[in-house]
Amino acid sequence: MTVALYVIVVGCGRLGALVATRLSQEGHSVVIIDLTETKLAKLSADFSGYRIQNDATEVEVLQQAKAERADILIAATNNDNVNLMVAQIAKVIFHVPHVMARVFNPAREAIYQELGIQVICPTKLSAERFLQAIHTSTTDQA
Amino acid sequence: MKVLIIGSDKTSYYLTRRFIAKGYHAVMITRDAQQGRQLARKLQALVVVGDGTDPLVLDEAGVRQCAIVVALLPHDHDNLIACQLAKEMFGVPRTVALVHDPENEEVFRQLGVSVAVSVARLLVQVIEEQIGYEAIINLAELAQGQLAITEVVLLGDAPAIGQHLRDLALPDNALVAAVIRDDGAIIPRGETQLQLNDHLLLVTRPDNHGIVLSILMGATA
Repeated sequence: MTVALYVIVVGCGRLGALVATRLSQEGHSVVIIDLTETKLAKLSADFSGYRIQNDATEVEVLQQAKAERADILIAATNNDNVNLMVAQIAKVIFHVPHVMARVFNPAREAIYQELGIQVICPTKLSAERFLQAIHTSTTDQA
Repeated sequence: MKVLIIGSDKTSYYLTRRFIAKGYHAVMITRDAQQGRQLARKLQALVVVGDGTDPLVLDEAGVRQCAIVVALLPHDHDNLIACQLAKEMFGVPRTVALVHDPENEEVFRQLGVSVAVSVARLLVQVIEEQIGYEAIINLAELAQGQLAITEVVLLGDAPAIGQHLRDLALPDNALVAAVIRDDGAIIPRGETQLQLNDHLLLVTRPDNHGIVLSILMGATA
């Protein structure tokens, strides 16, 4: 394995839980933050990191997660604006070198890329895959 | 001057009404369609129904021509994003956000919002001014407690207000070292006249500290 990273994952929905568990299995140190205790409790046994039940948009909570030491922060709640706020706090206040945010609305994407947040837009990614699949199948038929 | 207000509560409505009364060209974005129709009638203003944190909705509301955007939504993160989009995407020069978490006043400023206002902090400030709490702030104790530096605020009916420093019968071994007034600082002399809301920097000894406070501030001290 390569160097172990310190990763903070915000949001323990399907995406956050999956990413956090995979990273944990790969041997990285992972802290996952979510407002809801039941979501944190549902994490698989393969997750060996820390769980914090709190609101990650509060600076204190990221402090508690030792964000100043993190290599990566992934904001993956189901709310675009929460993700963008957490990602920016991580970047500007805690100087986390690599911050990523899930943002559903493609119209919000470009501006936050410019502000140094790596924006992952599932809507755009899915659209591209659909189009790609259509193009491939139509070329196959041709 | 064009102003955009984003919010669905009574405060947003009254704020928009105030701006219109003052002659501004006010536009409102609300999430609630029914309220939107009502407000458009009552305010005779453009009311756009939609998510004020969506660039397309902001654009539709004419955010590009706005001199100021005010975000009064119930969640801090929504107010942050609305202000940032207005500024970064549409070039709005001034943005104002309501914040619920007082810590976000500073966070939002660092993230580019012109002004962030915490109602909780404002209320605490108003209440403290009313009850005179924190009118005395102990800044430092020096020389093993033999010397204290204290900041006091001259509020309401403090007897020192309007007095020249030389006319206050301050005891020996006590000094009004500085007067902070309207963000400026004065090193006072005998002829300096004290005013309401002056912040005084006092140097006192334990034996005269209480006397000095009661001369300056009266019974509240």
